[in-house]
Amino acid sequence: MNSVAFILIAILTLAAALAAASLPKLIHAALSFAVTFVGVAAFFFLLGAEFVGLVQIFVYIGAVAVLIVFTILLTGRDAGKDRGFNWGGVAIAIAVFGGLIWAILKTQPLSIAAPPIEALTVRRIGEALMTSYVWPLQCVGVLLTAALIGALILVMNEER
Amino acid sequence: MTPALHLFLIVSAALFCIGLLAALSRRHAIFILIGIEMMLAAANLNFIAFWRFGPQPQQPIGVMVAIFSIAIAAAEAAVGLALVLAVYRHYRTTNVDQLNQLKG
Amino acid sequence: MSGDVVDQIFIRAKQWLLSWLAGAPDWIIQVASSLLNIFALLGVFLTLFALISVLERKILGRMQNRYGPNRVGPFGLFQPIADGIKMLIKEDIVPARADKIVHFLAPILIAATAILALGVIPYGRNMTPFAIDGGILFFFAVGSTTELAVFMAGWGSNNKFSMLGAMRAIAQMVSYELPLIITTLPVVMVVGALSPDAIVAAQSSYSFGFVPHWFVTTPWGAAAFVLFFVSGLVESNRTPFDVPEGESEIVAGHMTEYSGFKYATFFMAEYIGMFAISGLTVTLFLGGWHAPIHVLQFIPSYIWFFAKLSALLFVYIWLRGTLPRTRIDHIMNFAWKFMLPMAFTCILAAAVWHYMGRGLAGWLCSLAVIGIVYIALSILLDTRKRFATRTYRFAE
Repeated sequence: MNSVAFILIAILTLAAALAAASLPKLIHAALSFAVTFVGVAAFFFLLGAEFVGLVQIFVYIGAVAVLIVFTILLTGRDAGKDRGFNWGGVAIAIAVFGGLIWAILKTQPLSIAAPPIEALTVRRIGEALMTSYVWPLQCVGVLLTAALIGALILVMNEER
Repeated sequence: MTPALHLFLIVSAALFCIGLLAALSRRHAIFILIGIEMMLAAANLNFIAFWRFGPQPQQPIGVMVAIFSIAIAAAEAAVGLALVLAVYRHYRTTNVDQLNQLKG
Repeated sequence: MSGDVVDQIFIRAKQWLLSWLAGAPDWIIQVASSLLNIFALLGVFLTLFALISVLERKILGRMQNRYGPNRVGPFGLFQPIADGIKMLIKEDIVPARADKIVHFLAPILIAATAILALGVIPYGRNMTPFAIDGGILFFFAVGSTTELAVFMAGWGSNNKFSMLGAMRAIAQMVSYELPLIITTLPVVMVVGALSPDAIVAAQSSYSFGFVPHWFVTTPWGAAAFVLFFVSGLVESNRTPFDVPEGESEIVAGHMTEYSGFKYATFFMAEYIGMFAISGLTVTLFLGGWHAPIHVLQFIPSYIWFFAKLSALLFVYIWLRGTLPRTRIDHIMNFAWKFMLPMAFTCILAAAVWHYMGRGLAGWLCSLAVIGIVYIALSILLDTRKRFATRTYRFAE
């Protein structure tokens, strides 16, 4: 059943990602972007990292996608269509994809099947965050505060 | 039965390249941001996959890296969109090709 | 014990139904079990929706000295059926310049997320449809998708009233999501788990046999409960915070261009969202499915849950009958200047309560913390002094 789920999620994610990269209307692209991230969160669920999947949905759908649609609205409706398209980018992307696939298929697999593990509970993640990862956590807190202030200053009215 | 690691890596490579495509070939600043976010998500998928299939799945290392990277990606998106807004106010455009004042 | 049989009757029924599939592969049983949960959830909450939609009109009628619906069936109880038939046979109008796909997907997305959120709430002993370790996070993750759905409805309709309504809705939902989530934090901190089952289990004991250990009985819990309830009112777009669909200003907000069954879907999603947020309030602060007094534990757990849920829903209807609509800038100021600092104070007070041994001393100290911040905020935010005494002028 997991293989079926994997194929379905992979098709959904990649199709939504392609749509997000190629649709001419910005709002459609932003909504497909949200679907892509639901797909990635589903992958996290499949891999047993439920917490990360939930955080992914919470942050990307609840915050980033809403921010993006607001920005699209604020930058004017006539800018809603993207006309220019650079075909050089497509060539580079395909070349990078080919290189990555070549590298992936050439390496020896780490282990064929995933070893069974006990469920990664929120409590264990919390304990790890508060003990071994407390300094990174503090740094991320500072970073987020700085980003908050920086974003506010950037969008404040220039006239004032 | 969870699918093998290779499949996850291939999907994440495909996602990364689609993000790269969006960032390189679209001219609207918001598309570039969307592409960057997709590339970050692909990297996160790799972190989680390597954690799950790696030698030490008892230690939540990959999960921690993914959580921090999501937090940083959120900060990046907020600042990036604020920049898009500020640029739009100043130049009345969001096309990155037209922002060429520093071009010699 | 005979009480146990009635208490667990739904679990037994489900196990009995699943026993028919005894020989089937594992994944079929898993899918069948999920389907049973989904159908039970949909059946219960759609019935409750039908019931509440008529009861709300009847209660509002009583409050305004009129009868309310009383024509269809006994006491007008079949009114929702008549309404449903009316909605189904109405023409489905899509504006010519609308974004067809987005316009079509918005009601589906909003209903789906509202129903998903119901899944993590424990309705009784062993009665959580989707028991997940990060249940509270799941609830909020799914709930935050509603904003995108509202935006899709507003943008897809290509109508200025729809867009304005969606902007208002998103603005107030984003602002009140912060107090909503931060007021759950003290509960999560004190319990030490994100799973709703663990939160309910932590509220199971009684002092002296009659004072329940619900979190609402502590000062921080009571303050968080009030803040959470108000945020829940905003999240479900109920009066006095129903500016997104203020009829007198912007027709029906993001639902302006929807008709027939799609409009009914929006309406249903709004009510189901209200049930979900009330259910979470019951779980977090009102002891979930536990009885208020020790001796009343023989009454089945799900009856307690739905009794508490109905009490909260009655307060929602009561507020709608009592309060006028708030202005949008007042709503915003209230969120950022009062709700958010108070929510952070709740975390502080919960920490004080926990580290002073969860006894009487901690109770009093956390009350003091909340009281000091409340008084300071009310002095700081007092705007009355800026205005002169009102003078009344009458026509000569």
